Amino acid sequence: MSTVAPVVQPATTPAPNGGDFEFVKSWKVTIALTIFTVLGFILLVAFGRDGVSTMRLSTSRDLIQLPDLELPTRVTGIVISVLLLLITGVSAWLVRAKTKAPIWLIAVYAVLLLVGFLAWAAADKSIPVPGLLFGSLSLAVPLIFGALGGVISERAGVVNIAIEGQLLAGAFTSALVASLTNQPLLGLVAAMLAGTLVSMVLASFSIKYFVDQVIVGVVLNVLVIGMTGFLYSQVMAPNAVLLNQPPRFERINIPLLSEIPIIGPVFFRQTLIVYIMYVAVAVVYYGIFHTKWGLRLRSVGEHPQAADTVGINVAATRFWNVSIAGAVVGLGGAYFTLGSVGAFGKEMTAGAGFIALAAVIFGRWDPIRATLAALLFGFASNLQNVLSIIGSPVPSEFMLMLPYLVTIFAVAGLVGQSRGPAASGKPYIKS
Amino acid sequence: MKLELRGITKKFGALVANDHINLTVEAGEIHALLGENGAGKSTLMNVLYGLYRAEEGEILLDDVVQHFAGPGDAMAAGIGMVHQHFMLIPVFTVAENVMLGHEDTRSGGRLDLVAARKRVREISERFGFDVDPDALVEDLPVGVQQRVEIIKAVSRDAKVLVFDEPTAVLTPQETDELMVIMRQLKEAGTSIVFITHKLREVRAVADRITVIRLGAVVGEASPTASNVELATMMVGRAVDLTVDKDPAVPGDAALSVRNLSVLNARGQVLVNNVSFDVHNGEILAIAGVQGNGQTELTEALMGLQPRVSGEITLDGKSLRGHSVRQVLEAGVGFVPEDRNEDGLVGEFTIAENLMLDRSNDKPFVKMWNVQRALLAKFAVDKVKEFDVRSQGIDTPVGRLSGGNQQKVVLARELSRELRLFVAAQPTRGLDVGSIEFVHERIVATRDAGTPVIVISTELDEVAALADRVMVMYRGRIVGIVPGDTPRAVLGLMMAGEAPAGEGAAA
Repeated sequence: MSTVAPVVQPATTPAPNGGDFEFVKSWKVTIALTIFTVLGFILLVAFGRDGVSTMRLSTSRDLIQLPDLELPTRVTGIVISVLLLLITGVSAWLVRAKTKAPIWLIAVYAVLLLVGFLAWAAADKSIPVPGLLFGSLSLAVPLIFGALGGVISERAGVVNIAIEGQLLAGAFTSALVASLTNQPLLGLVAAMLAGTLVSMVLASFSIKYFVDQVIVGVVLNVLVIGMTGFLYSQVMAPNAVLLNQPPRFERINIPLLSEIPIIGPVFFRQTLIVYIMYVAVAVVYYGIFHTKWGLRLRSVGEHPQAADTVGINVAATRFWNVSIAGAVVGLGGAYFTLGSVGAFGKEMTAGAGFIALAAVIFGRWDPIRATLAALLFGFASNLQNVLSIIGSPVPSEFMLMLPYLVTIFAVAGLVGQSRGPAASGKPYIKS
Repeated sequence: MKLELRGITKKFGALVANDHINLTVEAGEIHALLGENGAGKSTLMNVLYGLYRAEEGEILLDDVVQHFAGPGDAMAAGIGMVHQHFMLIPVFTVAENVMLGHEDTRSGGRLDLVAARKRVREISERFGFDVDPDALVEDLPVGVQQRVEIIKAVSRDAKVLVFDEPTAVLTPQETDELMVIMRQLKEAGTSIVFITHKLREVRAVADRITVIRLGAVVGEASPTASNVELATMMVGRAVDLTVDKDPAVPGDAALSVRNLSVLNARGQVLVNNVSFDVHNGEILAIAGVQGNGQTELTEALMGLQPRVSGEITLDGKSLRGHSVRQVLEAGVGFVPEDRNEDGLVGEFTIAENLMLDRSNDKPFVKMWNVQRALLAKFAVDKVKEFDVRSQGIDTPVGRLSGGNQQKVVLARELSRELRLFVAAQPTRGLDVGSIEFVHERIVATRDAGTPVIVISTELDEVAALADRVMVMYRGRIVGIVPGDTPRAVLGLMMAGEAPAGEGAAA
């Protein structure tokens, strides 16, 4: 149920080792759609609920008020189930006709399934759509920063397992510095430095001493969890007023843009960190694919020896880019303390770094796709929050699994064989 | 530009790869560096290019001593290199590869791809190449990739251009075209160092020849020297360039392949509907430029490819869809093309490697126990029989030279009862002595009545061994012709042109 499922397209030009292409029939998508359609029928029709589901499209503070969308639950369920069946049929027919189901068809399917599920869960209740989306973005912000850092680092050839540690170090340092100085901006800078520092350890060990990158990354995560946990309970918690009450960033409403129905409240009534994130995604994308920096970054991650033979210093390029990646992830850490929660808590990142890593792979090492993947994971997490608040018939324990289920399905099922930077994870050893 | 190397010495641990090598290349000459695999030619050039730091010696360009800290310095001084393994980034376009390392940018730090494309087109036109600047390198045939390497070097105004074994991946026609390009470059004043171990090419294009053996210069030769003279210099003793073999006495067809196709995961057809027979007591050589489906064909025979259609029968029994173990038990012996990757476990001893594909059952395993004593005796015998030079049967195979490693693979495969012997690139990277040995064993296997398939990209090897030659191009069989077919005809077939007249049909 992903809206950004990438489909590996066969190259149209013949590859060097010759020959023509023959379509390999893949029933994977159709089988997945069939399973979800059956599940949909069971849920929406067999266990269909009566009542009216209300979708609130505006908040009380909006200038332009959209009317609430009222869907009769049972009818909606039936209509959507039929549509799902139709799409499944089309995809089966497409495979028989030796073409691939287009990506938009799968996206439409996913949206329909989602709407059906929401309507079913919200029978005789109302779902605040802007709130659902706003929360999704909030939960996705650290994931997006983490994923951007992951993309930069892996494109340069170093697997960044330490995203989790960089997030946590950023969160801790920003809380500490912002509390002491009463300046959230200084906290932000401190978070970047902390992330960079963790990154530099990863970079030194993996680039200079050729230690296995995954092992260094895991060890760093454990180290940061231990260190922040220790400092938190020994130093920070006893002096919470002085050390753990950072000022938070204020929400900034962007004029005009923030009044666009639905989108405005979600994207343009955010804090400075989120606006920095928008810029970061654009800059990283532009930088990686359109500048000299990006060309060299990708070259050392794909074929370091080739980069070396044209006079690029592979070790230095990798080192500094992994460090930059740490700074970007650090920003995500600061969001925990300065953007959302407002104080540091022990192990507060709670695995966000690993979900960000999944977003990197799901996004196929592309900053934009990774961002979309992170948004999807954020959405899954917040869906669980919203449904437990309005009181859905699904057990909350089951809903808690949702973000992770989505991650597993997304990475394992829909990505399939995706090709990362060729030299990612491999040290470059010059003789 | 005149290039001079004086007393270059490069050591890797105890191994002296280059021993006080002197070499002078005059401006505008093609200077061939001739030597066997492992003689130290590539090491010398990597020193010149700044990739390795030499322990002793100096590099002079136009009589000025140079100090290269890395390839960047060498390039800035006007040295360019076309590497044996192309130094191109497969997922970049041609233009991106050419600009990498000396990128022009426009406002906002944006890469100036327009200028890069223009530069690629200009240079392509000058040499008559047909290269699309926006094509991804991984989609280009190897011959074109090599031209991208040349464009890369020329775009940096290289005055000295090193070609490291440039013809290894080319068809004979492409090789001839490369020679034309080299002469063109020479006329433009570029000095060229041409590294190779192929005598024919040296004599065709070189102005002067320096021969290297075991890391040291053994002398200069003129291009008018005969093949035998050059080979003797290169190897250090008289060598027999032909393989002694009697005419084949082919028996019945043993292996029969019908309509075999192999697809990869992306649906690309790598082997396209091939059919052929191999008879008892004959050598069928499969010729073709690397990457035209030969590898996949042999892997399909061995049961190593997942997407295979068609039929393979050996002595009337089907082999298709069987596991590798079943194929081995049917009596197929296999020498893989990459012995380090697929043929041997480098950390294992010679003895352990000799029983690798017989680790399931008697005689080497009884009641789940490896019969060490039996294995040791077997290994001692085989090491003697196949002349494996080592410190003993407990030496890890990874420490042996390429030739001795290949002898271990041969010893293992030929010590079973074989009904079919498949040898892929059996002499790749070997010294002349080992090549002679491997060829003798292959012919002996044939003479014992076993059907043999030899896959080779080297025309010399094909000509020396084959009773019949099957040429593959883009996954298809171009034709099956007698072993004494002239090189020129085989060359054309390797470029996809079917032979006129007899023997064309499979």
